[in-house]
Amino acid sequence: MEEINALFHGFSVALTPFNLLLMFIGVTLGVIIGVLPGLGGANGIAILLPLTFTMPPTSAVIMLSCIYWGALFGGAITSILFNIPGEPWSVATTFDGYPMAQQGKAGEALTTAFTSSFVGAFFAVVMITFLAPLVAKFALQFGPPEFFSVFFLTFCSFIGMGKEPPFKIVAAMMLGFALAAVGIDTVTGQLRLIFGWYELMRGFDFLIAVIGLFGIGEILLSMEEGLSFSGRAAKINMRIVIETWKKLPKYWLTSLRSCIIGCWMGITPGGATPASFMSYGIAKRMSPDGAKFGTGIAEGVIAPETAAHAAGTAALLPMLSLGIPGSPTAAVLLGGLLIWGLQPGPLLFVEQKDFVWGLIASMYLGNIAGLIIVLTCVPLFAAILRVPFSIIAPVIIVICAIGAYTVHNAMLDIWLMLLFGVVGYAFKKLSYPMAPLVLALVLGDQAESAFRQSMLISQGDVRVFFSNWLVGSIMGLGLLLLVWPFIGKLKVALRKSAA
Amino acid sequence: MNDKQNSGELARPGISVRAAEIAVALIILGLGGLVVYDSARLGFRWVEDGPQAGYFPFYIGVFICISSLITLGQVLFGRTRSEHKVFVEWAPLKMVLSVLLPAAVFVLGIQVIGIYVAAAAYIAVFMVWLGKYDWGKSVFLGIAVSVVTFMMFEVWFKVPLFKGAYNPLGFIGY
Repeated sequence: MEEINALFHGFSVALTPFNLLLMFIGVTLGVIIGVLPGLGGANGIAILLPLTFTMPPTSAVIMLSCIYWGALFGGAITSILFNIPGEPWSVATTFDGYPMAQQGKAGEALTTAFTSSFVGAFFAVVMITFLAPLVAKFALQFGPPEFFSVFFLTFCSFIGMGKEPPFKIVAAMMLGFALAAVGIDTVTGQLRLIFGWYELMRGFDFLIAVIGLFGIGEILLSMEEGLSFSGRAAKINMRIVIETWKKLPKYWLTSLRSCIIGCWMGITPGGATPASFMSYGIAKRMSPDGAKFGTGIAEGVIAPETAAHAAGTAALLPMLSLGIPGSPTAAVLLGGLLIWGLQPGPLLFVEQKDFVWGLIASMYLGNIAGLIIVLTCVPLFAAILRVPFSIIAPVIIVICAIGAYTVHNAMLDIWLMLLFGVVGYAFKKLSYPMAPLVLALVLGDQAESAFRQSMLISQGDVRVFFSNWLVGSIMGLGLLLLVWPFIGKLKVALRKSAA
Repeated sequence: MNDKQNSGELARPGISVRAAEIAVALIILGLGGLVVYDSARLGFRWVEDGPQAGYFPFYIGVFICISSLITLGQVLFGRTRSEHKVFVEWAPLKMVLSVLLPAAVFVLGIQVIGIYVAAAAYIAVFMVWLGKYDWGKSVFLGIAVSVVTFMMFEVWFKVPLFKGAYNPLGFIGY
């Protein structure tokens, strides 16, 4: 019951008028960001991060996390009304959401999507409330080898769970590590990989990478696709909402399953996007209406939306309890912690109780605020998409440039952002994943120092990573995930040769 | 390769996926090579006081090279049908460049005349050029966005943005 007490303390921290105001601002901004092409949860928060430097950390994180919830909600609006996924995790929502809208059931589809998102997020927040403190307590005993093994598991799960070709995932991830190594080596103080270009001494900041890869890259892609928005009108009123809500409880099993898939994929950094696809696929297989999936049925909206939100929220669990983010957006929030002077990791739960529990409490409140805002303001948000792309595109590029500049007040960063934009465009088209690159860039230094410290402890003996059951089993799990894609291929090959 | 595919390719020419895959894999391979080279310079061995500075990046570089070589091999010798696919056709590529090149000019503009003026000009020109709006509307919107940004960053949040090498806004005291 310790957690319940702590949670109520958290509510007392979060429930100030100022924080509530920030919550609503955050969610509204988040939905707008989620609706606009080129701006998403990760880069939206990255751009707004510098504006929060002067706020108290708890208020800042409440606002930024609410932007995240808003962005998660916002993705569904464009998917259902315009058949354009505003965020990668809402691609699966278009499968049934858009057909529903075409059949004139846009209001029902939106209500279903928002409610499912809320349920998924709520499930994940409850899990965080009770699980995160335990994980943190457990992690307090971690030494460098254990931490490295968790990093290892994180990165292996990208390879094991990713739907991109495994070697492209490795290449993207390792590029991230290499970029993280640029600059001053924290142990020896030597300059690495700057080739005499002293402006690079600071290293590559992942916020710049996030803004470029996800922001500029996305704009370039949208431009190529030649966006023409032909959306359905969204009529949503209390009657539709209540009627839809009456129908939803019968899908409880799909919902529960999607919650669990989402939480699992969020904690092991599979992320919201694969979670939504996986959940959709499993729901299709298990449901008695499986054959009707794709024609516009509510269950096909519930499954991906619930899982995406659960995963997006659950990604904050490892970020809070271990200091290891489960998604690019969680990584940006983690970057925020560092900037506000908080050291992420298990000690956060001991030293920064107000902050942690204020944030967790705000997750409950933020999602409720989000649900209210999206249900009441959908037509407004849909109108944003009717603004022509030739106005939105330059404005977003300007916003990205400002965001990139404010990270370090460095002109070079704006150029790097543009470069990352081109990289993002090429990566997306050739299915190199971007999330592992960003996470490797964020975690590179920590992973390296955990590795080096472990090696120092063991005097260069790699067996230190299998020296006790804990570190050994985490490493083992990581290795299993690493070879997972190959096991699958082997099975197919064996079956073929047998047949 | 049959006729149908041939005609399909002729009708929609552009950069092939195969070429793009090879180019990207080669670039990544090159970057991996750079990482290995610099790590080797720093030393990647184990000395008395522990691993040298290049120890970790060296292996990272090796992994980059290996993975890009495998991807390259898969593209060159694999049985994938990617060679028939088009990475980007010329017309959409033109659209992409029509965003990318002005964006580059915009960034150059930031360097010279600062974010605010460059942003106003960029938005206005973009709207006239690609959106076919009239000048009045475009200039108005460009300036409006700049003014709002200015108020937000310089005045309310006190976050100074880059004013460029030749600050055109110097006369208002910022």
